[in-house]
Amino acid sequence: MAKTVDQYFNELQQTRVWRSMFRSGTGSSTLKRALAIQQNVFLHLFSTKARTRVLSFSATWYLGTLTLGTFVILIATGIPLMLYYHPSVPQAYADTKDLQFVVSSGLFLRNLHRWAAHAMVFLVFAHMFKVFYRGAYRTPREFNWVIGVILLLITLLLSYTGYLLPWDQLAYWAITVGSNIASAVPLIGDKIHFLLLGGHAVNANALLRFYVLHCMILPLTAMFFVAIHFWRIRKDGGLYSHDSEPAVVRAQARNGVAAAIPTPGKAGDERAPATPGTEAK
Amino acid sequence: MADNKDFVAGIDSNAKKSPRRIVFVTRRTSAQVKAETEDQIQTFPEVLFRAAVAIMTLATVLIWIALMFNAPLEGLADPSHTPNPAKAPWYFLGLQEMLHYFPPVVAGVLVPGLVVMALIVIPYFKVNIEADGLFLKDRVKRLRIFYVVASALSIFLLFFKVYDALVPTLVMAGFMLLAAQSSPASPSAFRRYLAGRPLSYWVMTWFLFELVVLTAIGTFFRGPGWSWVWPWQG
Repeated sequence: MAKTVDQYFNELQQTRVWRSMFRSGTGSSTLKRALAIQQNVFLHLFSTKARTRVLSFSATWYLGTLTLGTFVILIATGIPLMLYYHPSVPQAYADTKDLQFVVSSGLFLRNLHRWAAHAMVFLVFAHMFKVFYRGAYRTPREFNWVIGVILLLITLLLSYTGYLLPWDQLAYWAITVGSNIASAVPLIGDKIHFLLLGGHAVNANALLRFYVLHCMILPLTAMFFVAIHFWRIRKDGGLYSHDSEPAVVRAQARNGVAAAIPTPGKAGDERAPATPGTEAK
Repeated sequence: MADNKDFVAGIDSNAKKSPRRIVFVTRRTSAQVKAETEDQIQTFPEVLFRAAVAIMTLATVLIWIALMFNAPLEGLADPSHTPNPAKAPWYFLGLQEMLHYFPPVVAGVLVPGLVVMALIVIPYFKVNIEADGLFLKDRVKRLRIFYVVASALSIFLLFFKVYDALVPTLVMAGFMLLAAQSSPASPSAFRRYLAGRPLSYWVMTWFLFELVVLTAIGTFFRGPGWSWVWPWQG
């Protein structure tokens, strides 16, 4: 009988090469599944288990996950776009035109990058308000909220610096309007304006600065803070669930609602002969 | 019978979902176990699977939009020709709307600076942690403070003729007054809800309301010279 794809995959997973790469080993036991998270450099930011309650759609609307999704799409479309783009005047505009009309799928890449960028700004705001209205920013998660505010600012800067790159009228004047606000800062406003643009007006220097910020400095900064943001979720006790908060649990325990683990005494004696299956549900 | 033992044993958790825990609690140590048990699932593969489904759904929607609608691209940047109006990206149009009314140092520096500061200190305010209804304690005193703050803000906005920021402020003040007249014993579920809202809720909701209104006005209702135009007037 012919082997199924599943069997081939299982055999592959048993090979020495595979085992040398993935230390967690194969199998579907709880231990192996926990190791798959814990032994992975990227996934170990997350806890190995999650409470079912916090995964319901209504709890988070998956807004944080979706924001990560837009970020991944932006990196995946942004890197190919960089291959066709020169951050110089007026070549930048010609390159954008080429992306529209000459490069295979260039139009699609640029469209997707643009709309995903708008979606990311919107989702970051939505995520922030959702977290606020659920009260998920409270102790011990205060600092993760602060990191979230930093990520909001980085997202706005990423979108803003990317806005200039096509070097069309829309880009030029949006950045001119925006950067003039920097001049309004008391005392050092003009210095900040000059530092941001590399001159007194939006020109070739500004384009190069915005390009470096947009393609290197800000994405790397964002990844750095995203990593901390995710890691802190685990360190701060997992995703927020009101019913799992220590204060709520204590209140329930006082009222005798949640005493699943027996405590010594009268109540415990009744549960003493417990064997698997005797506990209903 | 049970008195012969000096411990109690319990078996907890669903073995199919998470590792089995067997707890022995001796009488002498009398440990107080406070933890509540909750259903848990493994991050791999269940949570990752859900995240993948969410991200793929989003990607499908965005790819569809990218196939249907082209990103805007206007003529080559021309420093000598200023379009009218020159608009910032949409997420800054709330700020640009404020810039129309106030000097740049107020609308461009002070307001966004204060907003970012306020966002950062939100979790460190004791008033948020307690999360009691704003008017449930010290009702008279708090209502007095509310009247002073709300009127000062409204007069300030009226003075600068910022009607598009004044209207959301007055609407929010109306809801807060309704909350002050409500209690957790109100017959209407909506009024019970309002009565339980803490100060942080009111401030944040006011901010969200202003953000949406000002951004929408800046995006759809502003034409040449930042004058008011209706979207259908082209």
